[in-house]
Amino acid sequence: MTASAMTLHASPWQRRWARFRRNRTALAGLCVLIGLIMFSLAAFPLEAFLGIDANNADLLSRFDPPSATNWLGHDELGRDVLIRLMYGGQVSLAVGFAATFLGAVIGISIGLAAGYFGGRVDALLMRFTDGIIALPLLPLLIVLAAIDLTKLGFSTDFARSGAASFYRIVLIIALIDWTRIARLVRASTLSIREREFVLAARVSGAGTIRILLRSVLPNVIAPIIVACSQVLGSVILFEAVLSFLGFGIVPPTPSWGNMLNNAQELVATAPLLAIYPGLFIFTTVIAVNFIGDGLQDAFDPRAE
Amino acid sequence: MIVFLLRRLLGMAVVLLVMSFVVYGLIGLMPGDPIDLMVLSNPGMTAADADRLRALHGLDQPLIARYWRWLIAALNGDFGFSRVYARPVLDIVGPALWQTTKLVALTLAISSILAIALGIRSAIRPGGKFDTLISFVSFAGISIPSFWLALILILAFAVGLGWLPASGMGRPGEGGFWDSARYLILPVATLVIANLGGVTRYARSSMIETLRMDFIRTARAKGAREPRVVLRHAFPNALTSVITVIGVNFGTLFSGALITETMFAQRGLGKTIYDAILGNDFNLALVALLFATFATLIGNLLADIAYAWLDPRISVT
Repeated sequence: MTASAMTLHASPWQRRWARFRRNRTALAGLCVLIGLIMFSLAAFPLEAFLGIDANNADLLSRFDPPSATNWLGHDELGRDVLIRLMYGGQVSLAVGFAATFLGAVIGISIGLAAGYFGGRVDALLMRFTDGIIALPLLPLLIVLAAIDLTKLGFSTDFARSGAASFYRIVLIIALIDWTRIARLVRASTLSIREREFVLAARVSGAGTIRILLRSVLPNVIAPIIVACSQVLGSVILFEAVLSFLGFGIVPPTPSWGNMLNNAQELVATAPLLAIYPGLFIFTTVIAVNFIGDGLQDAFDPRAE
Repeated sequence: MIVFLLRRLLGMAVVLLVMSFVVYGLIGLMPGDPIDLMVLSNPGMTAADADRLRALHGLDQPLIARYWRWLIAALNGDFGFSRVYARPVLDIVGPALWQTTKLVALTLAISSILAIALGIRSAIRPGGKFDTLISFVSFAGISIPSFWLALILILAFAVGLGWLPASGMGRPGEGGFWDSARYLILPVATLVIANLGGVTRYARSSMIETLRMDFIRTARAKGAREPRVVLRHAFPNALTSVITVIGVNFGTLFSGALITETMFAQRGLGKTIYDAILGNDFNLALVALLFATFATLIGNLLADIAYAWLDPRISVT
C-alpha cells in the first residue's frame, strides 16, 4: 500500500497528527512543553534526593552561589532557586491549563447557545462577547484580583491562603479568556446545526441538551482545541503579570510571575535571579504558541 | 454612515455605563473602606464619628443610590476628588492621559512602519529564509512577558551599559527636549518589541493573500515590474486590514501600557490606575479605568471607520 493510499484510509485525527508532525517548529514546541512539565514535576524527587526544603528561608545563606546541593544557588531569602523554579512551574502551568479549561467551558456554553438557538439569543450573547472584548482587560483583571474575599463572605483564613489565590486567579482569568473560543464555537455550530444528522437527531426526539452534547459538540471539537492552544499562551502571560504585580499567586507559594516580585531591586545585585523565571515563562509561552500555530494548520480542512 | 456612527456611539455609551456600574460595585468590595482608613489614621475618632462621616458622604446608603448620585455628578462633569492627591481626579487623569498618548503614538508609529516593511518583505517569498527568521522573531515578540522584557532592557542599557535612565520621566523644564526624550526610549522600545510581532504577522498574511489575487496576475501580465506590483498594486490593498489591527492596538495599548509604565515609572493612565488601586484611591481608579475603556472603544471605532473608508467594498450601515 502506498503512502497516499494510507492517508486516504486514515481517520481525520490520524491525518491531523500526520500534518502536525510535519511542522517542525510545532513538534519542537510540543517537546519543549512536555519537557517543561517534566521539569516542574521533578521538584518532588529532586527535593528528596538533595535533602533540602525549598520553602525553608535561611537568611544566612542569601544569594549563595551554586553548590553541590543548590545547583542554581540561593535567592534573596536563602531558598533554593532551582527547586522553587520547579514548584513555580507547577503553579504557573496549572493556572494556565485550569484557566484555559474553565474559559473553554464558558466559551463553549455561550458559543453553542448562540449558534444553535440563533435569533435574539445569538444577538444578545454576541453583543455581550463583543463588549467583553472591547474592555481594557489588564486593569480590569487587577480590579477583580484586588477584591477583598472577606467582603464576599469568605473566612479570613481562606482569603489569605495560597489556595484561595490559586482559585481566584484561575476564575478571574477564565472570566475574560473565553471570548475567542465562544466566537469560534458559535461559527462552527451555525454551520453544523442545519446538517442532516442534527435534523435526524431532532426528528428522532432527542432533547436540545442531548443534541448539543452528542451531535454538535463532537463536530466542533477541532476548532475548540485550536482556540484553546492559542488562548493558553496569553493565559500564562496574564498569570505571570498579575503575580508579578502582587495580585496573583501569593508568596511563599512560588509561581514564575511572583518569583520576579523583587526583580527590579535584584537587577542590580543578582541579575540571574531576575532572568531565570522570565526565561521559563518566555520559553513556555513561545512553545505553546508554536503548538497553537501548528494545530491551526493541521486542523485546517483546506490544507488537504 | 451617520446611522452607523450613531449606533456605534450609542453602543459605546452602553458599554461605558455598564462598565462604570460594575467597577463601582467591584470597588466597594476592595479592602480598605475610606472611612476605616480615616479611623485608623486618627485615633481620636470614635465609632459615632465614623458613622456620622459615612452619613455625610452618603456611604450608608445602598449601592444603587450611591452609584446614581455618582453618575448624575459625572454626567454634569464632576468626577469627584482623588483621596490621595486631594485634587479633582481630572487634574490627575489629564496629564496621565497625555503621557500615555505620547507613549502609544510613538509606539504605534514605529511599530507600524517596521511591521509593514517586514511583513511585505516576508510575503514576497513565504517560507524563505527571511520569512522564517521574521516569523520566529514575531513569535518571540508575542510570547515575551513585557515586564520581563522591560527588566532585561533595564539590565542591559541602564545597569550594564549605563546609556539610558532606568526609570522616571525627567524633570519638567530642565534638561530640554533630549533629556526628557531619553526617558521615553526604553519604555517605547519595550512596547514596540511587544507590539511588533502581532502586526508583522498580520501584515504578512494579508500581503500574501493579496499577492494571490487575480488583479496582481493581471498587473504582472501587462508587464509591470515586481517592485511596482508589490508596492503600487498589492500594498494599498493589503493595507486596509493592517490599519484595522493598528486601530485595535491603539485601544489595547492604552491600558496594556500599564505594565511598561509601572516598570519605568511613567505616570501614564495605566500606572495611575495601578497606583490608585494599591493606594485605595477608588474614585481615581474608577475614572481612570473609564477613560481607558473609552480609549479602547474609540480605537475600535476608528479601526472600523478607517476600514470602511479605505475599502469601498465594505459599506457600513
